[in-house]
Amino acid sequence: MCSYIVEKAALVGSAKGRKGWMRIDTANVYFDHPYHSTLDHVLAIDFTNEGEGGRDRVAIELSADSARALVTRILAALASGEAAHAGPVSADAVAI
Amino acid sequence: MSHYRALQAEPVRFRGHNGDQGEAYYARPVASGKYPGIVVIHHLPGWDEWIMEVVRKLAHHGYAAISPHLYFREGTESPDDLGARVRAAGGVADAQVVGDVAGAMAFLRAQPNATGKIGVIGFCSGGRHTYLAACTLPGIDAAVDCWGGNVIVDDPKDLNEKRPVAPIDLTETLSCPLLGIFGNDDANPTADQVNRTEAVLKRLGKNYEFHRYNGAGHAFFNTARDAYRPEQALDGWKKVFAFFARYLAAAPSRVAAE
Repeated sequence: MCSYIVEKAALVGSAKGRKGWMRIDTANVYFDHPYHSTLDHVLAIDFTNEGEGGRDRVAIELSADSARALVTRILAALASGEAAHAGPVSADAVAI
Repeated sequence: MSHYRALQAEPVRFRGHNGDQGEAYYARPVASGKYPGIVVIHHLPGWDEWIMEVVRKLAHHGYAAISPHLYFREGTESPDDLGARVRAAGGVADAQVVGDVAGAMAFLRAQPNATGKIGVIGFCSGGRHTYLAACTLPGIDAAVDCWGGNVIVDDPKDLNEKRPVAPIDLTETLSCPLLGIFGNDDANPTADQVNRTEAVLKRLGKNYEFHRYNGAGHAFFNTARDAYRPEQALDGWKKVFAFFARYLAAAPSRVAAE
C-alpha cells in the first residue's frame, strides 16, 4: 500500500525528542511504508506540536501486532492506574 | 552490459516547479563521454538512502541519474522528518511533482555530458508520478513505473485538490514507451488493477511492456525492507536496464579500471 491516509489525534502531553522535552498537541497515526523499519508496513505515530508549527516530532514505527499489543497495555495501565489513584492507597498499591 | 565503476555522486541544486530551487541527488560516470539521463522519483517515505543507491546504480550502468528531493520546500531537516510533515499534510500536489520532474529533466539536458535522451523511473508513489509525468510531459523517451499504486482510482472520493485526476484517465496522452514492474502479491496496485491498466494501454495502442512477479509484493527491489526478493529483483533490474538501453541507447561500454 502507498497511501496518504493519516489519522489525527488531539493530545495533551509532552514528549522528549532530539531537542529535549516539548509539549505535544497532535499524534499523526498511519499504517503504511516505514522510513526506518525493515517491515513492509508499520503503524507509525508522529507526536508533534502543530500549534507551534509541527516542525519537531517524536516518531515511532511499530509492527501491526506490537501496535495492537501496545494499545491493550495502554488501556490496561490506564485502568489499573486510575483505579489505584482514585481510591485509598491500599497495601497492594504500595507494594506495586 | 556496460559498467562504469568510477562515478561522481553529489547533492546538486535544481529548479523545480514554479522555478523553486531545491536539492537533488545526481550521479554520473566520471569517464568522459555522453550519457542518457534518468530522473528517479522517490517513494512516499521520502528521499532516503535506498533511492540514492538507485541513482548510483543507474550511473554505474552508464546513465546520468538525478533524484529530485520532492519535499525540499518543507525545510532543511532530515528527509524522514520532511516526509512525515508532507504525509501529515496530505502529500504533495501532482502538478508540483510533475513540475519538479520537468525541472530535473532540464537539469540533465543542460549538462555537457547529456545525449539529450531522458528516461524516468519511479517507485511506489513515484511509480504513479512516473505514469503521470509520462502522460503529461513532453520529451520523455522511456518511463518505468515500479509498482505505482493508485494509477487506477476506483472511488472518486479518493481524488482531491492535490491529486485531481486518476493517472489512468490520462493514458491517451502517454507519449513514450512504458515499462511496468509489479509484484503479484501487492495490495496496491493489485494484480487486478495491473490487468486493468494493461487493458487500457492495449486498447489505446500504447507501446508498453509489463512484467509481473510471483512471490513478490510491493517494493520488492528495496534491499532495506523485508519485502526484498533477490531473484525477482535481479530479473526486474535486468528488464529495466534492457528497456532503458533500447530506448535511451546508453553510451557504449567504457569500463574504467577498478
